[in-house]
Amino acid sequence: METFLIGLIAATLRVATPLIFGTLGELFSERAGVLNLGIEGTMFLGAFVGFSVASLSGSLWLGFFAAVLAGMLSGVLMSLLTVRLGVNQHVSGLGITLLWTGISLFGFRLIFGEPSIPPSIDPFKALTPFGQTPVLGPIFEQHILTYVSLLLIPLVWWVIRRTRFGLDIRAVGENPEAADAAGLDVYRIRTLALMIGGGLMAAGGAFLSLAQLGAFTYGIIAGRGWVCIALIIFANWEAAGVLWGALIFGGVASLQLRLQTMGFKLPYELFLALPYLVTILALMIAGRNVSAPASLLKAYRRE
Amino acid sequence: MLRLRLERAPAPLWFRSLIPVIAVPVTFLLTTILILWAGADPLRAYYEFLIKPLASRVSLIEVLVKSTPLLLTGASVAFAFSAGYWNIGAEGQLYAGAIAGAWLGMVLKDVSPVIGIPLMIAGGFLAGVLWALGPALLKVRLNVDEVVTTLLLNSVIVFLVSYLLNGPWRDPVSMWPQSATIADGTVFFKLIPRSRLHLGFLVALVAIGVEWYVLKRTALGLRMRAVGLGKDAARFAGINVNRTMLTAALVSGGIAGLAGVGEVAGIHFHLIESISDGLGYSGIIIATLGGLHPFGVGLAALFIGLIDTGAQTVSQALNVPVYLGTVVQAALLLVTLSLFVLQNYRIRRA
Repeated sequence: METFLIGLIAATLRVATPLIFGTLGELFSERAGVLNLGIEGTMFLGAFVGFSVASLSGSLWLGFFAAVLAGMLSGVLMSLLTVRLGVNQHVSGLGITLLWTGISLFGFRLIFGEPSIPPSIDPFKALTPFGQTPVLGPIFEQHILTYVSLLLIPLVWWVIRRTRFGLDIRAVGENPEAADAAGLDVYRIRTLALMIGGGLMAAGGAFLSLAQLGAFTYGIIAGRGWVCIALIIFANWEAAGVLWGALIFGGVASLQLRLQTMGFKLPYELFLALPYLVTILALMIAGRNVSAPASLLKAYRRE
Repeated sequence: MLRLRLERAPAPLWFRSLIPVIAVPVTFLLTTILILWAGADPLRAYYEFLIKPLASRVSLIEVLVKSTPLLLTGASVAFAFSAGYWNIGAEGQLYAGAIAGAWLGMVLKDVSPVIGIPLMIAGGFLAGVLWALGPALLKVRLNVDEVVTTLLLNSVIVFLVSYLLNGPWRDPVSMWPQSATIADGTVFFKLIPRSRLHLGFLVALVAIGVEWYVLKRTALGLRMRAVGLGKDAARFAGINVNRTMLTAALVSGGIAGLAGVGEVAGIHFHLIESISDGLGYSGIIIATLGGLHPFGVGLAALFIGLIDTGAQTVSQALNVPVYLGTVVQAALLLVTLSLFVLQNYRIRRA
């Protein structure tokens, strides 16, 4: 029982990591008033760029930072469409997801061809701060990026809640007209928020290819971006909520995997569908009281 | 000297319908970078991509086959978007129609096609309506954003299909994750012998025609367009906005369901997990390219069908990865969206 629980906690943190990165990225975008449905594709792009650069250069960190850079560029593209041109946000987002999915698969095929054994790299090694100590040892045996994602939660909370920049982001997300009248550059702040958000999303994708798998596959993201879209609502657009949401999702996902390997016959698809259904339920209960940023989905046009 | 300036005013109508036409060459110019990266000659690639599929009878029919579900998902999305209901769920509603088709194909064992085929069509439509019902009710009763709910339900139904195919519906003969082959009486007949073009293409054309009639010639269509232009103004004019949106959402779901049943009854003859692979999302592209006009949607669906077919031709002929098709679709959408901004401007003499 003890080893079961310890293994479960360790796995939960691993599963939660890409979701924390992705949801924090979406948090920046949505707080600034832009629903970024490009998240699924941006995570895919991060996984692809991270893997390709790491594999060609031999440096995992170079791959990781290249992925973050690619994600920030994705944010710039999203900003160009939805902030500068004021185009419909969900259609642009889905278009960006499709674009990065296509480009990543296209690039992967060109760089690596179609070998019978999929190319792989030596992934990031897990850190072992407590060595072989019982209980603490295995729980804290995590990738450095997992630690980074956990540290990012208080950092993002602090940036959004306690800094001038965070206040600006919230202002342009709630009431861009008033923010503009107060002298803020709405376009610039939204663009910056989308760039930071894109970088975080891509980092989540790169975690999967560089730390968890050491490979890049067609189904590497498998809807994790959409899970983040659900988690952000569940988290009520607050950084602390992101942690609980990602941990609950990670816990349920790891639990069903473990129960299954132990021979329990479970319709595991039900567990996978659970976060989506719970989110819809939460939306139903909260109804009109959901505290989404007031100007989410609304383009701002300066006359 | 003639001085010109840009002014914020609606562009003339002829210019607006020209936008998708301008977007095509711009998109191909952008995607040339990828073709050069793949080491192919762009002109040759575009010949294989856009002309070759139209040059032979076999591949021309294949374009129509590929277009069949796209016509329906495009029409589905355009119908909902016209009324300002942002249905992102055509993908899921298509799966619902496919599930219904596979189920009917299993239970209607010795049915005659005269009864079987109409039942399949009605069942597919109804299943799409049912899958669209939840988010639509949440929207009109509780004002819950339909973008998120319809999007999330797309993932949910893929899990449901995966459960069915790995569990109760798994093919007892082959043990593959696919449902049993549907009954003969539920198979859509071929429009052209020895081709893959099936009844679904006709269904799609009828759906487009009916949609045009409803949107442009009926009171419901007028109400829908009024709601699409502005909910508050429509409410002020005495239109029941919620009821109009609910109707648009449910019919939209039904049309997407038809696409799913067509893929089961006309192409695969059983349910498989990858029965859609993004057809519903392509519907959003098609509806946008077609400017939400049913005939525009029809042309856009045929064009995307051509791109899907052409991507395979070019990949076989020049070894350019087939994903070029996906990139072209996405780039075309984003370029068209950007160019649509121009419709808010007019060039005037200063």
